[in-house]
Amino acid sequence: MSRLNLPRPLVLGGILIGASVLLAVFPQLFAPYDPVAMDYNALLKAPSWAHPMGTDNFGRDVLSRVIHAYTIDMQIAFFGTVFSFVFGIIIGAVVGYAGGAADTVFGRIVDAVITFPFLVLVIAIVSVLGPGLVNMYIALAVVGWVFYARIIAAEVKVQKRLDYADAGRAMGYTPLRIIFRHLLPNAITPAIVYVVTDMALAILLGSSLGYLGLGAQPPAAEWGVQIADGKNFMTTGWWISVFPGVAIVLTGLGFSLIGDGLAEVLRTRK
Amino acid sequence: MGRIMTVTQTLLSVQNVTKAFPLPHGLIQRLRQVPPQAVHALNGVSLDVMRGETLGIVGESGCGKSTLARCLVRLHECDTGRVVFGDTDIASLNGPARRAFNAKVQMIFQDPYSSLNPRMKVRQILTEALSVHQMRPSAEIPARIAELLDLVRLPQDAAEKYPHEFSGGQRQRIGIARALSVEPEVLVADELVSALDVSVQAQVVNLLLQLQEQLHLTVVFVAHDLRLVRHISHRVAVMYLGKVVEIGPTEALFSAPRHPYTQALLAAAPELDPTRRTRRVAAKGELPSPVNLPQGCLFNTRCPQAFERCFKERPVLSAEGAHLSACHLPG
Repeated sequence: MSRLNLPRPLVLGGILIGASVLLAVFPQLFAPYDPVAMDYNALLKAPSWAHPMGTDNFGRDVLSRVIHAYTIDMQIAFFGTVFSFVFGIIIGAVVGYAGGAADTVFGRIVDAVITFPFLVLVIAIVSVLGPGLVNMYIALAVVGWVFYARIIAAEVKVQKRLDYADAGRAMGYTPLRIIFRHLLPNAITPAIVYVVTDMALAILLGSSLGYLGLGAQPPAAEWGVQIADGKNFMTTGWWISVFPGVAIVLTGLGFSLIGDGLAEVLRTRK
Repeated sequence: MGRIMTVTQTLLSVQNVTKAFPLPHGLIQRLRQVPPQAVHALNGVSLDVMRGETLGIVGESGCGKSTLARCLVRLHECDTGRVVFGDTDIASLNGPARRAFNAKVQMIFQDPYSSLNPRMKVRQILTEALSVHQMRPSAEIPARIAELLDLVRLPQDAAEKYPHEFSGGQRQRIGIARALSVEPEVLVADELVSALDVSVQAQVVNLLLQLQEQLHLTVVFVAHDLRLVRHISHRVAVMYLGKVVEIGPTEALFSAPRHPYTQALLAAAPELDPTRRTRRVAAKGELPSPVNLPQGCLFNTRCPQAFERCFKERPVLSAEGAHLSACHLPG
């Protein structure tokens, strides 16, 4: 069957992310313990049959915390990108179509944003707004839309010169109809590929902010927070930080693979 | 060859239209005080399109014929001059009136590969046009789509296909169906078949001719293929550097061209019949840059018969009956 002939990265990434979503939605089905329950008889235990990933300095089961962290970290992957994606493609499509002064102003905004390292800019905004997940999403959207808008604007500029756009104008269609019904569906592919890889970046960034105490707040189970919790016990309890780190790597890898696979599928379909 | 028309009523009138596209004028040029430059695509074009006729517009590439076509459907706004449809200046139309004009004067595009949205099925393309212009209540749209496909001789199952599933000739038919869906009076065809194989060209052109008779359409046929234009046009306008240099009934223009440029153009066209080959002098040199136009007659740099007056004074279309030519030469 040629229908099943999907690129291998897409299949592999799909399995990884499918499993992650399952864990994120039903963590209590898979976690053997309550993620915040403390057990003072089992502090800093190494991995064993009772605690496959060991316990932390409060006696909390690391495996259960890693599993429950999927809920927050997959949310970060989604909410950390969806607002950038939506605002970015809307603004990018309009700017790309309008051109002229709007495009010039937009170009300078892009220059200003990409001058700063992404993480520094996000940290600066979160510091002003105060730590927490919602403020982190706001910061990610404020900075992130620029990248989507730039991708879409460039594509729309190409598409709007094609005859089908002129045909729409000659039909008397409104600019909004031409932009969103005709140009955007033809311009959106690179942004879709980008959003998937951006989800991996959002998780890394969310964990980084969690580690720095600017994202998810303790005692919430979040991989970055967990890694930060374990940093004082690296010599005696390596498992506290290492297993959340592995979860980050696997999830990030899953999104990247999907992004690669999608790029391949959407490219060959034309 | 050449078709003849008797009824005359002006439907679309182009009056002294100019259109220039500014070239990029960068900071360095501004600092060095280089004056801004522009490509002068149209330099005072005037012509009338009569109801029911096919008006051929010919000329070399770069002569402004596509720009003129786009001005007719208001894809470009004229810099000066005006295009009058019926009795209204089309530049004054806005909102619903403009949309109504769009429906009355439709365009068919040159490139069959980029002129259809690749993400929309034929049914979606036609439905959109029909519903935006409220041509039919939504219940009657499927029947109308079937009618339109019949009209352009496409099979009914074409409706559920995407543009990439069709050949170039079929795609041009879809483009024609889209234009016809809003029941236009005028069709502007910009190089309708120049991107198609010769074998397919005849089919599409003949389809256009049949549709014209059937639906009483007025057609503006822009092309560089002289024999094609001669075959389908009632009248022909010859353009050079953004001006109409000669316009007249097809047979008169082809058998007795007045303007030296028309003569050169016809001499350059291959003639299959050796007994009909003539030795008219071809135009020398290249088309001048439309950025720096020649003084006087625009054709003076290439005209074998240019004399003093041609370098000083730009000739206007001078009339003798229906066959007009813009040249200082007598006769």
